[in-house]
Amino acid sequence: MGNFCATRTGIIIVGGSIGIMATLLQYLGNPPNMGICVACFERDIAGALGLHRAAIVQYIRPEIIGFVLGAFIISLFVGEHRPRGGSSPLIRFFLGTFAMIGALVFLGCPWRTLLRIAGGDLNAIVGLAGLAMGIFGGVLFLKNGYSLGRSQPQKPWSGYVFPAFMLGLFLLLLFSVSFSEGGPIFFSASGPGSMHAPLWISIAAGLIVGVIAQRSRFCTMGAFRDVMLIRDFHLISGVAALLIAAFAMNLLLGQFKLGFEGQPIAHTDHVWNFLGMSLAGLAFALAGGCPGRQLFLSGEGDLDAGFFALGMIFGAAFSHNFAMASSPKGVAAFGPAGVVAGLIFCIVIGFTMRERAKS
Amino acid sequence: MTAKKIDARGLSCPQPVVLTSQAIREGAGDLEVIVDNEVSKENLLRLAKKYNMRADVKEENQDIVIRIAK
Repeated sequence: MGNFCATRTGIIIVGGSIGIMATLLQYLGNPPNMGICVACFERDIAGALGLHRAAIVQYIRPEIIGFVLGAFIISLFVGEHRPRGGSSPLIRFFLGTFAMIGALVFLGCPWRTLLRIAGGDLNAIVGLAGLAMGIFGGVLFLKNGYSLGRSQPQKPWSGYVFPAFMLGLFLLLLFSVSFSEGGPIFFSASGPGSMHAPLWISIAAGLIVGVIAQRSRFCTMGAFRDVMLIRDFHLISGVAALLIAAFAMNLLLGQFKLGFEGQPIAHTDHVWNFLGMSLAGLAFALAGGCPGRQLFLSGEGDLDAGFFALGMIFGAAFSHNFAMASSPKGVAAFGPAGVVAGLIFCIVIGFTMRERAKS
Repeated sequence: MTAKKIDARGLSCPQPVVLTSQAIREGAGDLEVIVDNEVSKENLLRLAKKYNMRADVKEENQDIVIRIAK
């Protein structure tokens, strides 16, 4: 039994498809250079639920729901749905929290970093360099025996909880439930949160990405990690395909604009763009997956990845409530402090979580 | 020659690959790696190919045993 998606050709097609779908989602209404951004979209979900009250970034993003449910359905179908957990869930939760704080200082997850570059935003090259730096730090820890410990098989039904949570979010979105006068669910009237492709297109795209990413094991963090750690260029060829496809589509759709200044939902503070993504990259590497990959893993029954994803939503709320999330005007008052705290947390985790000493 | 055994069950990506490649670099020519998921299996098969080693896969209950040899 072959798994076509996991071949070299397969991963290139998957990466290219994600690039094409993301840029089309932008064309159809998603925010600029944000066709798909796992960090931004989880942040929007946190806002829609009222966990933070930044009025311009509140929407239940169907793409996120689709990622989890797509991976859930296909993993059941191919017999890869395997509930497992118990590998340092609380640490993973906080890795997710700090990863989000870092990503929101830069304004994007690794996917959006690529989409921003593909749209001509040169600030994102600085972010990408920071991401690579952070992942490199994670690789050094891995080489020295870093491990969050083994997971254990869990009861079958525990694997349905996270997908059920996503289904619940989808129902809230579908019926736009209002729980009180002027209360949740919140939907942005202006700003990035108000910009979205039609619901059914978004959920369909999310489901397709969930399916092909589960099959191909697409992971942006893993791509850089594998090159640095074992000189394996498999995943990075998918990442390159995403970048090239998105770039070509942006040219075609007139969405390309080269430069540092005036880029959509971005700022030009190079130091904190770099360090924010360094923190994110390090946290992803320590947790074993980029934000997208954590969602696909959650769908196929990885409860620890579910903790990471919940940690990201929690971190998004923290970022906005405590003035750590950047805006196009620049870095927020407490963003740098959040990044420094996160780096300290990750470095302590990297040094202290070891399976064995290096021989 | 007895194979060096690596139990990588429950370990998440990339640790099974890290343990295996470390063992190969330390000179183990004959390895038996036990994993419990398809992703680790695919990664180990790719690793074996990179080192030009043979790899045989055997499924035992929930476990996947991969035998890697020169």
